[in-house]
Amino acid sequence: MKKKLVIIGAGMASGRMLEHLFDAAPDLYDVTLFNEEPRGNYNRLMLSPVLSGEKTYEEIVTHDADWYEAHGVTCRFGEPVVRIDREAKLVHTNQGSAEYDALVIATGSAPFIIPVVGKELPGVVTYRDLEDTHAMIDAGVAGKDAVVIGGGLLGLEAAAGMAARGASVTVIHLMGHLMERQLDPAAGYLLKKDLESRGIKVHCEGATKAILGHERAEAVLLEDGTVYPADLVCMAVGIRPETRIAVDAKLEVERGITVDDSMRTTDPSIFALGECVEHRQQLFGLVAPLYDQAKVLAKTLQGEAAEFRPVQTATKLKVTGCDLFSAGDFADGEGREDIVFRDPGRGIYKRLVLEYNRIIGIVMYGDTADGNWFYGLLKDGTDVSEMRDTLIFGPAFQGGGAPDPMAAVAALPPEAEICGCNGICKGQIVQAVQGGAVTLDAVRAQTKASSSCGTCTGLVEQVMQFTLGDDFAASAPSGMCGCTDHSHEDVRRLIKSMGLKSIPAVMQELGWKTPGGCHSCRPALNFYLLAEWPTEYQDDRQSRFVNERNHANIQKDGTYSVVPRMWGGVTTPAELRAIADAADKYDVPMVKVTGGQRIDLLGVRKEDLPHMWADLNEAGLVSGHAYSKGLRTVKTCVGKDFCRFGTQDSTGLGIRLEKLLWGSWTPHKVKLGVSGCPRNCAEATCKDVGVVCVDSGYNISVAGAAGMEVKETEHLASTPSEDEAVQIITAFIQLYREHAKYLDRPYKWVAKVGLDWVIERVVDDLAGRQALVERFELSQSVYRKDPWAEHSTDRERAKWAPMADFTLEAAE
Amino acid sequence: MTQFVDIGSLEDIPVQGARLVRTAQGCIAVFRTADDRVFALDDRCPHKGGPLSEGIVHGDRVTCPLHNWVFDMNTGEATGADEGQVGTYATRVEKGRILIDASLIARSNAA
Repeated sequence: MKKKLVIIGAGMASGRMLEHLFDAAPDLYDVTLFNEEPRGNYNRLMLSPVLSGEKTYEEIVTHDADWYEAHGVTCRFGEPVVRIDREAKLVHTNQGSAEYDALVIATGSAPFIIPVVGKELPGVVTYRDLEDTHAMIDAGVAGKDAVVIGGGLLGLEAAAGMAARGASVTVIHLMGHLMERQLDPAAGYLLKKDLESRGIKVHCEGATKAILGHERAEAVLLEDGTVYPADLVCMAVGIRPETRIAVDAKLEVERGITVDDSMRTTDPSIFALGECVEHRQQLFGLVAPLYDQAKVLAKTLQGEAAEFRPVQTATKLKVTGCDLFSAGDFADGEGREDIVFRDPGRGIYKRLVLEYNRIIGIVMYGDTADGNWFYGLLKDGTDVSEMRDTLIFGPAFQGGGAPDPMAAVAALPPEAEICGCNGICKGQIVQAVQGGAVTLDAVRAQTKASSSCGTCTGLVEQVMQFTLGDDFAASAPSGMCGCTDHSHEDVRRLIKSMGLKSIPAVMQELGWKTPGGCHSCRPALNFYLLAEWPTEYQDDRQSRFVNERNHANIQKDGTYSVVPRMWGGVTTPAELRAIADAADKYDVPMVKVTGGQRIDLLGVRKEDLPHMWADLNEAGLVSGHAYSKGLRTVKTCVGKDFCRFGTQDSTGLGIRLEKLLWGSWTPHKVKLGVSGCPRNCAEATCKDVGVVCVDSGYNISVAGAAGMEVKETEHLASTPSEDEAVQIITAFIQLYREHAKYLDRPYKWVAKVGLDWVIERVVDDLAGRQALVERFELSQSVYRKDPWAEHSTDRERAKWAPMADFTLEAAE
Repeated sequence: MTQFVDIGSLEDIPVQGARLVRTAQGCIAVFRTADDRVFALDDRCPHKGGPLSEGIVHGDRVTCPLHNWVFDMNTGEATGADEGQVGTYATRVEKGRILIDASLIARSNAA
C-alpha cells in the first residue's frame, strides 16, 4: 500500500519538491496537498510583472489542475490546516482531516506589518501573494498616490509595478540607502537615481509614524513630520516565517521551524521546507536555496541520505531598467581588498571584494553583464591573482587599461557651467579649443574661462584635454585626498554643474577610489553640499569632525568645553547666574573668559552636555558655536553710548551682525570685530571681517589673521549706512561660503582670488550683492537655529550616555 | 568558547558612528559601519589617549579625533606611518541586537 504524504502549503518549494519526488518515485506516496490560497502553485517571482501588467496570472501558473490530476495529487485548496495531531498522525482543517505517514510543512512566510496607528485601514495592503497583487490592481492606482513602505527587493518591485500602472509612487525606507542588505551605499545611490528618473520618489531614513485617514488610508506620516498623500499604502518591510501551526504542534521553532540537514523537524515524521524553516540559525528568502531544499527533501522522503548545504546566492532586482547584481559578502574586513570601478558617464558601479586572492563579494550596478562570470569565480573560489589587474573589466577584457580619470568631465553636457565667475560653459570652451585656442592662455583670452578667480583652472584644462586628446598636457591636478584626483575646486564646481546632492552621489559621479571616503574628504563634501543645496541636502552628522558633531570642543582628556553665545559680548546678571549655576551643578573644573568676549566652561563630561544645554537654554542662552567652521564671535567695544570717543553704535552693530550670521556653516571659522572708533579697542583689524566706525560711517576691511600667521585686514568698502555695511558683510560671507576651499580661512581664500575680484562682486555689483544676500538668507532659513535645543530634548539625551555600563552590573 | 551579552539594539548606534560601553577598566567604543557591521575597540588612542568613539568612521577604519591616527577596526592596529594598537573585543549582531564578549563584565568583577 502507498504511504500517505500530506503537504501543507502549495508554494514554489513544495511544488519543486513534488516534481523531484514524482520523477524519482512516482508510486511511493499518495499525496494530499493543502493550501490556504484557493489555487495551486504559481511563480511568485513573477508577481511584479503581473502587477505592472506585463503578464497575467495564467502565464505564471507553474502547476495547473491537469498536472495535479496526472500525478494523482488530492488538492484541497482554500482549505487551511488548523491543527496537527502528532499522536494520531492527523491534520485537521475546519472542514475535515487527513491522515499522514509523512507530513511536510511548507507554509512559507507572512509579511511583517509594522505596528503603527492606521495599519488596519482599508487601502493598506501587503505584497506577498496574488490576492495582494490583485488588491493593488483593483484599487485602480492610475493617477492616484501610492506609498510603499520598505525599500527592499519586494517593496521596490511593488513600487515599480504600481508606477507602471500610472500611480504616483513614493518609497519610504528606514535605512540610509535602498536594499541595504544587497547593496552598498554607492550602488544604492545609483538605484535611487534610476527610480527617481522613472518618477518614483524615494525617501530614505524615513521612519513611518502613522497611517492617516478616516474611512480609509489617506496619507502616511513620518517621524520627521513629513506627510505623503496615499490612496494606497503597501507595506513591504520584510517577512517572517509562518510557523504558527508548528508552534501549536509543539515542534521546535526558533525564528523558523527548526530542521536538520535532511529537512526533518524535531518530529521524525514531520518535515519542513521553504521560507518557514530555520536551518543552522539561517532563514531563507531567495528561491535558489529553497529549490536546493526541495531536492534534499525529495530524497529524504524516498529514504535516501541527502544533506542541505546552503550556498551563496546572487540577487537581481526584477524592475525593468534597473540593472543590479549582488552576491556574497561585500562588507569591508581584515585582509579584504576592494576593486572599484566607476563610470560616472554611464552610471556604472562595480565593486569586487577580494580575500586571499578570491572573490568573496560582488556589487554591480548599471552594467551587470559580467555578474554571472564573477559569481562563478566566487562560487568556485577561483584564485584571481593572475588576472587581478584587469579582473574588473570582465572576461572579455583581459589586458585593458585603467579607468579614464576624464570620465566626469567627458560626461558633462555642453551647457554645464565650468567658470562660474564669467558664466562660461563647457560647450564654449570646446568651441574655442576647436577654433584654435590650444593653450590655457588662449582659452582664457577668448572665453574668459578661469580668468577671474582662477579656481576652475583645473576643470578648464580637463575640458581642453578632453577636446584635444593627448596633444594637451594639463598641469598635474592635486586631489582633495587619496580618495580622488579631483581638486577641492573641481569637486565644488562639479557638485553644482552636475547637480550632485548627496555624498554617495559625489563619490559615484566623480569616480571616488574608495567605497566610503575618508576623514579628510567627508567633512569637506558635507560642507560643499550643504552650502550648494541648503534646502535639499540633509546634513550628515557622521561626516563631521567630533566638535561639530557634538556641538562642543573636545579637550585633550576627552571632556568638552561649553561656550554659550553672548551677542556682541554683552551679557546680563541673569545669564551670568545661569552660567554660574551650570558650572556648580556639573562640577566644571575651570571657568574662563575667552578672547572672543564670552565665558568658557571647561571639562564637561559628554553625558552631561545635553543636560547642561537644557539648563542654559532655559536662561535664554544658546550655542556659541565655539567649535564650528562657522560664525564664531563678533567682538565689540562699547561704542558711542558710553565711550567718549565712540563715533557709532559699535555694540549694536556687532549684535546685529551676530544675530544675522550665527548658525551659518563656512569653509573655516569666521570671527568678526566691530570697533567704535579708530582706536580699535575691539581689535577689528586682525579679524576675518573687521568694521572700524568713523564719524562718516563704517570702514569695512576683510582677510585679517591673528593665528599662525598675523595679518592686517585689507580695506573692502566704506559706507555711511549701517544697513549697507551689514549687506556688504553678508555678501562677503556668502561669497566665501560659495567659493572657498574647505579649511581655507578668508585671508587664504582672498589671497587666491584677489581682493579686486571680491570687491567687484560684493561692493560694485549691486544686483550681485543682493543675490548673494538672498542666497545667504535662504541658507539661514535652515541653519539659523540653536543646535543645543535640538540635542537636549528628552528623546536625544539618552544618546549621549554610554549604551551599557558594566561597572554597574559588577556592583549588583 | 566566548560568551556574549546583549548591550542594546543596532539602531542605538548611528550608522558610521559609535557608542560607549563602560567597564571598570575603561570604556569600550562600539562602532557601526555603513554596512551595519559592529566592532568593539578600547576607547583610548595609544598616541595621546583620544576617544576613538568620537572619530570619523570610514569603511572599516576609524580616525582618532585628536591627531588623526587611523585604526583598522578589525585588528585595532594603527595604519599608515603610525605604530600602535588598541584592544579589540568580539561582537555579534543577532536579530538587530548587539552582543559583546561577556568577559568584559568578568574583568570588571575581577577589578
